[in-house]
Amino acid sequence: MTSVRVAGVGLTQFGRHPDRTGRDLFAEAAFAARADAGVPRQDIEALHYGNFMGALAEHQAHQGPLVAEAAGLSCPATRYEQACASAGVAARQAIKDVRNGESDVVLVGGMERMTNLETAEVTESLAIAADELYEVRAGITFPGAYALMAQAYFSKFGGEREDLAHIAAKNHHNAVNNEFAQYQREVSVEEALDSPPVAEPLHLFDACPITDGASALVLVSDEYAEEHDVDAPVEITGTGQGGDKMALQDREHLAQTPAATKAAEEAYADSGRRPEDIEVAEVHDCFTIAEVLALESLGFYDPGEAIGAARRGETTRDGDRPVNLSGGLKAKGHPVGATGGSQLVEMTRLLRGDHPNSDVVADAEVGLTHNAGGTVASAVVHVLEVVN
Amino acid sequence: MADSGYDEWIAAVEAGEGYYLECPEGHGSLPPRRTCPHCGALELGEEPLPESGTVETYSVVHVAAPSFQGDTPYATAVVDFGPVRLTGVVRGVEFDDLEVGTAVGVTVEEHETTGDPVVVFRRR
Repeated sequence: MTSVRVAGVGLTQFGRHPDRTGRDLFAEAAFAARADAGVPRQDIEALHYGNFMGALAEHQAHQGPLVAEAAGLSCPATRYEQACASAGVAARQAIKDVRNGESDVVLVGGMERMTNLETAEVTESLAIAADELYEVRAGITFPGAYALMAQAYFSKFGGEREDLAHIAAKNHHNAVNNEFAQYQREVSVEEALDSPPVAEPLHLFDACPITDGASALVLVSDEYAEEHDVDAPVEITGTGQGGDKMALQDREHLAQTPAATKAAEEAYADSGRRPEDIEVAEVHDCFTIAEVLALESLGFYDPGEAIGAARRGETTRDGDRPVNLSGGLKAKGHPVGATGGSQLVEMTRLLRGDHPNSDVVADAEVGLTHNAGGTVASAVVHVLEVVN
Repeated sequence: MADSGYDEWIAAVEAGEGYYLECPEGHGSLPPRRTCPHCGALELGEEPLPESGTVETYSVVHVAAPSFQGDTPYATAVVDFGPVRLTGVVRGVEFDDLEVGTAVGVTVEEHETTGDPVVVFRRR
């Protein structure tokens, strides 16, 4: 089977760009990825693109052909919507596209424009990733849903807000040197603990910010890379996707995320890797508790054991397995439809050695990305490896 | 806008005649359904919702969507009724007294922001 190489990556600055159109944001990321890859635009055979709330935020649906045009492409372009995992599923389809021989060169990524809306409008827009009838009409917001999971976790396994605050502090610390991150500043454990409540037990600094931004990658077959002498040292060796019931009330578990477990198991089997092989990970920390749930689903910890991982220094930059060296969604920002792509961009840079935090994992050859949709009714996991 | 299946269910809960759907295997679910989400069975019958459930998890929401802004702060919970769980707003319980395991019943009341019906849990 054809191997899939990452030929180039691109990001916009993640942050506030309320006056910039979505098409412009994606074009910037796509141009950066194409320039990084050195692949002519005529060779790009398909665009796989993630976006969640464009129909609400910009009154713009059918974004696939629109952003392809903005990026200077004339190829089939498809938008994928899977809530916060939109770009993750777009990447998975792009990988399948190359693996099955349909395309040799594809562009993949995503975009979200959010700060042109008021905070209350964003809260309402994000909430539709939950079950409209049985959750949204019951007053459930997105932070509110994760708060229910956090309380369920605390009740079942133990843990406290201070454990979560250590995750916020860790991820902010990692973002300080990341030029693409929304918040390149430290947040102390005390600051996180003292921030105002959003949905208890989650407070403001347990939550990712509202963010505009775009991500893009050029993926190529190894045959194309060899034939065209493309420098592409990172290969995506594993992909997996899992699903769960839409509403929390219908799930078997409120303090575990089996969709991510299924995605991870599939990605591990696909790559021939095991949890202990993963040296560095970018996981979906839309809320601090989400990082805990991710680490357990990925098999890095048993259920109930990951809550103290950051506090114990195991997932910090000087720990055994650093997590979210980009700053994560928490500090880097979470432009919903772009996030899954941005995780692949950051992991590629970390493994290639051109990320500001690459020196933290200088010898790392195997990394993983975990992208979750909604309250993890869907999840996508990818394994990336350095190849010669 | 009407939502067949759900609207009838809300009206029944409001009238004190709440129900859930049950398949031949005994799996519970909520309408509208054409199939059991657990086993795919097509034969779904209505069974009375148990009168009492227990809070499985809860949160006090301070930042709401526009449709609930007039209600903040409010407590939400997922409540286990045995065959099914329900999500709703908890009323009549001090936030500090709310805990996992609290026994509640379910009703439908108006919420403060829009007057729309909302699933409400009250201590039993």
